[in-house]
Amino acid sequence: MEPLVIDAKGMHYRELNQIIRDKVAEGYRHFILHNVNGQRYIGAGIMEDVFIEIHGVAGNDLGVFMKRGTIIVYDDAQDGVGNTMEGTKIVVHGMAGDVCGYGMRGGKLHILRDIGYRTGIHMKTYKDMVPVIIVGGKAGDFFGEYMAGGILILLNLWDDDDRPIVGSYLGTGMHGGVMYIRGEVDPHNLGKEVGIKELDEKDFLLLKKLLKEYCEDFKDYGLSVDEIMKSPFTKLVPVSTRPYGKIYAY
Amino acid sequence: MMVLTRSRELSGCGLSGIISRKKNLIPGEVIIRSITHMRERGNGLGAGYAGYGIYPDFPDEYAFHIMYDDELARKETEEYIKQRFHVIHYEEIPTRKVKGIQDSPLLWRYFLRPIEPPDESDFVEEDYVMKAVMDINDKIRGAYVFSSGKNMGAFKGVGEPDDIGEFYRIDEYQAYLWVAHTRFPTNTPGWWGGAHPFTLLDWAVVHNGEISSYGTNKRYLEMFGYKCTLRTDTEVVAYLIDLLVRRHKLPLRIAAYALASPFWKDIDRMPENQRRLFTAIRMVYGSALLNGPFAILVSWNGGLMGLNDRIKLRPFVAAVKDDKVYMASEEAAIREICPSPDRVWAPKAGDPVIALFEDFDGGTQFKEHQV
Repeated sequence: MEPLVIDAKGMHYRELNQIIRDKVAEGYRHFILHNVNGQRYIGAGIMEDVFIEIHGVAGNDLGVFMKRGTIIVYDDAQDGVGNTMEGTKIVVHGMAGDVCGYGMRGGKLHILRDIGYRTGIHMKTYKDMVPVIIVGGKAGDFFGEYMAGGILILLNLWDDDDRPIVGSYLGTGMHGGVMYIRGEVDPHNLGKEVGIKELDEKDFLLLKKLLKEYCEDFKDYGLSVDEIMKSPFTKLVPVSTRPYGKIYAY
Repeated sequence: MMVLTRSRELSGCGLSGIISRKKNLIPGEVIIRSITHMRERGNGLGAGYAGYGIYPDFPDEYAFHIMYDDELARKETEEYIKQRFHVIHYEEIPTRKVKGIQDSPLLWRYFLRPIEPPDESDFVEEDYVMKAVMDINDKIRGAYVFSSGKNMGAFKGVGEPDDIGEFYRIDEYQAYLWVAHTRFPTNTPGWWGGAHPFTLLDWAVVHNGEISSYGTNKRYLEMFGYKCTLRTDTEVVAYLIDLLVRRHKLPLRIAAYALASPFWKDIDRMPENQRRLFTAIRMVYGSALLNGPFAILVSWNGGLMGLNDRIKLRPFVAAVKDDKVYMASEEAAIREICPSPDRVWAPKAGDPVIALFEDFDGGTQFKEHQV
């Protein structure tokens, strides 16, 4: 079936999302949205293997509760990208806002540039479902807060301002999953529940595999896995699977 | 005045601001479009605007915008004003009939010059004006001054941002600095005086969030003659800025760090001089610290400042295009009126974004600016 092209200019998010849901039910699988500017909840709860291309700024909660499907944003995205999503992938060719990947339980978020605060808060793994977030730029405070599973990768590819690669309270409350940060992390910014570990062979293989896909998604930007992997990474893991277990034991 | 509560899908307030640093005039229609683009963030219980440079015919008079419950309040207020000010001009604030706007109070504006008391050697004009604002709001039943600066004006009420814009005929004004707000009141009532911006002299503040330190801030401000009468937390921010910047002459950036102070754990690691400075700010201005989530815009005749709480509990985006600087709750609100900015970024929480007019000479107090 031909892709469905929608001009979203001035459209309320309810109308836009209703059209997408109706057309998915009719059998459409490929959507090209033009003139998107802040419409919320695009791709919310989609169960089918759809492909949505977004031109313009994607609004809050892009791909929320999405079970399957791929969304590409050729611009920036606002807060809450991939909220509680299960699959398959969201690619943002720009920056993304706060609380991205909140409670995410599967699928991938590939962000080209900076990401806001509280990335991957409460993301988790279940059996073979392992959510992955890869950020090309820098991140704000509370990166991986209360993280319970999954993989967070922060690359700092652009380094275009004087902020550190990641903010304070890094991994606060983390009790599962793993983070790879390309560069050094100021120990002062670490949350109490997270520790630094050396990368081993398995880590490098995993990184290589994940970054290969990331670089393919952004192939127009001249990224190379080998170049990226030349810089050292810091690996962060939780020091306990139940950091607050004692607080509630009485 | 009528006090409303109503429920809708929970969101947060929205704010937007534009400044032309070269003082090119921006039509009011632009700021209406930007704030209305975030209609989702409000619930129709409050919206407002402030524009700078809108009264070129009366640039040196204090423009008082006052809302009255009834004619009695107007009469009493006008008597008070005539004893203290030369009234250069006054009129009803021009409005249109709009379907979505009901129960509007009486709305008047006055262009005033203070009558200087003959025997006061330490007369400070701004303090005199401030006292008049506090007196009217506190002592005259059913009268509220919602704007009192020179060559600027605030316009606000209960309604959606596009309706409030149409009601006040914002499209007929041009300004070189605009701020706007759409409200989603959570803890305090929706009423005309509780809409944003909150103003004093030429300061205007719009805010998304909640100031949980309101009680502490209010008691602190009362020691300096400020009276919080508008039943909304944001009121304290406008008065704190007036106190810290105008009266105590703190550099604007330092005032921002008093409102959103770095944490002690970070102060402890600063170089000696900086550590002493920030320790002093926290000790002296502990009662001015704003607790709770906030993103605010502060505007005045010198420029525009945006500030987030220290741990980024509310959204805030900034952008630059040529001589214009944009600040808003959502990037979409900026892109609606500036499709391709030179630069868009999410400012660091607790660090002010300051954009001054190029011709503004506020001395060293305002010397440093960021964009």
